[in-house]
Parts: sequence; C-alpha cells; structure tokens
Amino acid sequence: MSATIIETVDITKIYGMGDISVAALNGINLKIEAGEFVAIMGPSGSGKSTLMHILGCLSQPTSGQYILDGEDVSHLDKAQLAAVRNRKIGFIFQAYNLLARTSALRNVTLPLLYNHADAKLSVEDGDQKARAMLELVGLGERVNHQPHELSGGQQQRVAIARALINDPVMVIADEPTGNLDSRSGEEIMNLLHKLHSQGTTIVMVTHDPKIAAHTQRTVILKDGVIDVINHNGNHHPTLEVQHEAA
Amino acid sequence: MKPLEAIRIAWEAILKNKVRSLLTMLGIIIGVAAVIIMVAISAGTEATIQDQITSLGSNLVFVQGAMTRGGPGQAPTGGLVYDDAAAIQDGVSGVKAVVVEQNSSETIKAGDVTLEDVEILGTTTGFPSVRDMDIAEGRYFTDQEIERKTKVAILGYDVAQELFGDASPIGEYIKVGNTQIAIIGVFKEKGLVGNTDFDSRIYMPISVVFQKFTPSMFARFMGDSVRMIYVEVEDGVNQDTVIAGIERLLVKRHDVTTDTEDFTITTQQDIISTRESTTAAFRSLLAWVAGVSLIVGGIGIMNIMLVSVTERTREIGIRQAVGATPADIRLQFLTEALMLSVVGGLIGTLVGISGAYIFGALSDMRTVIQASSILLAFGSAAAVGAFFGYYPANQAAQLDPIEALRYE
Ligand SMILES: Nc1ncnc2c1ncn2[C@@H]1O[C@H](COP(=O)(O)OP(=O)(O)O)[C@@H](O)[C@H]1O
Ligand SMILES: [Mg+2]
Repeated sequence: MSATIIETVDITKIYGMGDISVAALNGINLKIEAGEFVAIMGPSGSGKSTLMHILGCLSQPTSGQYILDGEDVSHLDKAQLAAVRNRKIGFIFQAYNLLARTSALRNVTLPLLYNHADAKLSVEDGDQKARAMLELVGLGERVNHQPHELSGGQQQRVAIARALINDPVMVIADEPTGNLDSRSGEEIMNLLHKLHSQGTTIVMVTHDPKIAAHTQRTVILKDGVIDVINHNGNHHPTLEVQHEAA
Repeated sequence: MKPLEAIRIAWEAILKNKVRSLLTMLGIIIGVAAVIIMVAISAGTEATIQDQITSLGSNLVFVQGAMTRGGPGQAPTGGLVYDDAAAIQDGVSGVKAVVVEQNSSETIKAGDVTLEDVEILGTTTGFPSVRDMDIAEGRYFTDQEIERKTKVAILGYDVAQELFGDASPIGEYIKVGNTQIAIIGVFKEKGLVGNTDFDSRIYMPISVVFQKFTPSMFARFMGDSVRMIYVEVEDGVNQDTVIAGIERLLVKRHDVTTDTEDFTITTQQDIISTRESTTAAFRSLLAWVAGVSLIVGGIGIMNIMLVSVTERTREIGIRQAVGATPADIRLQFLTEALMLSVVGGLIGTLVGISGAYIFGALSDMRTVIQASSILLAFGSAAAVGAFFGYYPANQAAQLDPIEALRYE
C-alpha cells in the first residue's frame, strides 16, 4: 500500500510586485507517491528551483495548496516550516553545502541538533546512527574527515548521509551531480537508485536526459507550468498524476 | 537546540577564529580591567582615610581663627589668641586636652647643611598625645620650658635624617633663622596625614615661636594670636555639647555675636566627610570612564558579530535547511556574543586583579581589590554582550534560507 507524499494544488509563486513581478510558478498540480523517484527537467528559468524550494518547505507558495505527507503546510510560519524540513525532508544540493572545518560525522549529525521531536536520540545514539549512515554511503572510513579533505563525490555522499539522518519522508535533490565529473556523478546516481530501491522517495532536478531516463517519471517544466510528464517505463503501481497546463 | 549544544557550537566558532576573537574581546578586557583597577585604587584611598580616622581619633574638635575686618565702629579682630586655649581648658566641661599650634617657616642650618623654608610648629605639651605622635629618641618639651621660653626643638623624622643622617642629633644645636636652638628629641616617622607632612617640620614651645618667629605688634594688647586650637573631647562625652560650650565661651571672650564670630569650629569627622565625598566623586568619575569603555567594547562585539553573520550566511542557510528555526539561529549567535564577552570578562578580571596588584606594588598609592567590583565588571560585561549581541543574532535569525544558501 502506498501513500501520497506530495500533493500540490494550483501552486503559484510570484516574485516582486506590480509591473516588475515575475511568475516563477504559474499553477502547478503535482502528486508524488511514497517510494517514487521523480526527475524534474526544464530549460533555465523555467521554475525548477522555485518548485523544489516550495516542495522542500524552504519557501511558501504565493497561492495554492501544498499537502506534504498528509499535512497542509501552505500556511505554516517560519519556525513550523523549519520543523517540517527537519523531520520530513532531506536536502541534497548541487554545491554539497557542508559546514566547512567540520567533520563528516558532525555534518551528518547536524539535523539531529534541531530535532525538536519528542523521541530524541541521545548524543551517543545519534553518533552511532550517523556512523551507520556514513557506512551506508560508503564513507565508513572517513568519519572524521573534514570537507576539504574529501573529493566532490565524497562530499556529496556526506550530504546524502545528512539528508537521511532524520528518516525523512522524501529526499529533495537539486542537480546533485551538477558539480561532479561523470564518474563521481555515476556513483552518486547509483547511490540514489540504491536508496530508492530501499524505499526512499526522491524528487530530483537534473539537466541530463540520460539521468532522468533512469527515474520513474520526468516532469518537464516550461515557463512556470508543467509542460509534459514522461513515464520512463519504470512503472509504479499506484501512479496517479494530475496535470494541468495553464 | 539544547543550550549545551549552543555553548559547544559557540565555543568552536570562537576557537576557529582565535586572533579575531581576542581582538573582539579587547574592548571588554580593557573595560573590565579598568573597572577593577580603578575601584581598587579608590578603595585603597578610602582605606587610607579610614586609617587616618583610627590614627587621629574622631574625638578631635578644631577651633580655627577667622580674621574679620570689623564693621563700622568695630576694631578688626585677629581671631584666636593663645589665652583662649587655657580658657577653653578651664571653662568648658568634657574637654580632655587642648593643644595650640602656631606655625611659621625659617631657614635651618646645622653644620654645613642648610634647609630652606622649613615649617616650624609652635605648640604645647598636649600635642604628642592629641596628634598621636611618638618620640623616637630624646624627649618632648615641658610646660616649664614653654613658660620660660626655653629655646629647644624636637625634629620631625625627615628633618632629622636630612640634617644629621643616622647620627643622633640629641644635644646638638641648630640655627633657626638667627636663633640658636638646642635639639632635645626626634619624633618617630609619621608620614602624610591628609595634606600635612608631620615628618618635615620641627616642633618648638609655642612661646618661643611667638617671641622669635611671629612677633606681632598687636600682641601687646590682644595677646598672641594663634591659627588653630585643637580640643580633645573626653571619651563618652557628646562632641556637640563640647562644641556648643566652646562657642558660648569664645563668643563671650571675643565680645562678638553668633553672627559675627571670628572663629570656626569643625570636627575631625567634618574633614573626613569632605574627603570621602571627594573620593566618592572621583570613584564615580572612574566608574563612568570604565563604563564607557565597556560600551565601546560592546559595540566592538556587535561590529564583529555583524561581520561574522555576513561571513557565515551560507552556514546559516545550511542550518536553516536542515531544520534550524529562527530561535535556534538567534540562540547560537547570542550565545557566541555572550561567550565572547564572558571570556573577555574573565581575561579582563585576571588582567584587572594582577594590574591592581602591580600598580599597588609599584606606586605610592594603595590598592584594595573589591570582590564587588569584579562582580559588577563581570556582570556588566555579560549584559553588554547580551545587549549588543542581540541585534546581530536577530539579523541572522531573520535571514531567508534560500537567499542564505545562495550566498557566495
Ligand atoms: N528571488 C527571486 N526574485 C526574483 N525573481 C526570481 C527569484 N528567484 C527566481 N526568480 C525568477 O523566477 C524564474 C524561475 O527561476 P528558477 O526557479 O530559479 O528557475 P530554474 O531553477 O528552472 O532555472 C526565473 O525567471 C527567475 O528569474
Ligand atoms: Mg535552478
């Protein structure tokens, strides 16, 4: 049985005001099920990052509704959004975004610091879990390395371990291989596919059609609306998509 | 975020930038050290005054002559005369001892050594006990010697050292002005009390001073005028009663009214109070100076924290992305500012305490380190850190996560 993780209803995002306002998103209706691996593509400026920010609860839509894991998060305040990010979302950025001069272990435990949920891990348990995550991404030997001592691919794997530490309902990845050479990029994609096979829901922006082709669905944006949705043959049993071009 | 975590993160951030952290703390260090040193100096001064109270006793009443020009149909009066002292001794109850002083200054010669402008204090037999002076060698003069105007002197400690070095001056003669004087004693070292240097004077029977060093043409009709009469009040007797008695007696003797008095009566306590209020004013001035430097230190912290927030915008964005709330970010930077000021306060306290010790050891001034000043300085440093740390911390808390993540 699978549940809906993401459901957006007519989401718009308008930057600026009056004459100079830009509609970065112009009515997005998207549904993503638990366990799905979805790629988001589109030309530069089509609204991919803006959509990812809203899906990742880093910003609020100007209008419309966003239901994440059964909870309407469209009108939460900053602190509530932060708590949702902490509990439900794991981020993977193009630029890794690790804390400098901080060990891989401390980077991975960072989200635990802000975990305000009732069942809190002790520091020891948290460290143990972080070590397990680093083991999972193949960095069990580099727990105490700082980012500048790691290659780009290794840094991105630390970021993936960090994204998973709070058991999120989905992982959001904005061009996770964009800064990597093709070999490291391939390793990262293999890792993401491994996570997906273990049940992780992943929404990923990419420019590379080959990478997108390995996901289950590709959502192509154009000028702030969903242009096409391609099913990549990796069929998902309860796939259900609402698609409305504006 | 747990407060303990906030403290750990702040501590790590401070250690990552040791030199800059130290420079940031400099203002606080100087401010706190200044408060402690300055309070120690003024407390030392007060302790010195307190010692004077104990050494002089607070049961002294000073009667001072005030020259009046006289009004129409009134002769000018010269204030106190020598006989007033005896009258007070005999006519006012509760008086233990009365001492008269009359001073002048002369050149003194002993062998080859000449001292210019040495103060000569003519006084009476009660002087050593009333002013708490001890004879080191020889003896003090007697009532008989005052009566007979015997030309004898007791030297202050410094004068004896300068004229005779370590040799005993007893039995030697010195020339005071043109008068040959026999030395019969030397006082022990007393030091400076208030503005009076007891060690650089010589002491003689007051009658000799009247006759040889302050001859007055009025003396024949008015008696010998004196500058000051010291009255020691008996233990357990109310000072005010004695003061009233002296006033009544002198008003009658001088033929004046209470409005035209040609004398003033003050107590040891009055003089000490004036002095204390002076040091209190001095201390509050110092406190202001120190306070201003603390505020400057606080502005330094705010400045660096604002730079730090800007520099670490990306870090803030990362923390926000993984779930830090505005309150978490605020707590982190506020803790850092507080820690800078508290660590600065600690260093400042160490510098202040050692500075006060060194200052006390190297200078004539006494320093007394006050625990309250340490608490005050430390508390204000922390308050300054919290106050000036709040604005940058709030700036950090309000950053937009997307903007912060995009920051290069
Ligand atoms: N903070 C912003 N302020 C104003 N306009 C913005 C802002 N962010 C994005 N935009 C605009 O919104 C549109 C979509 O941007 P973006 O979501 O970054 O596209 P993509 O990630 O697909 O390149 C673009 O026209 C961009 O200029
Ligand atoms: Mg983009």
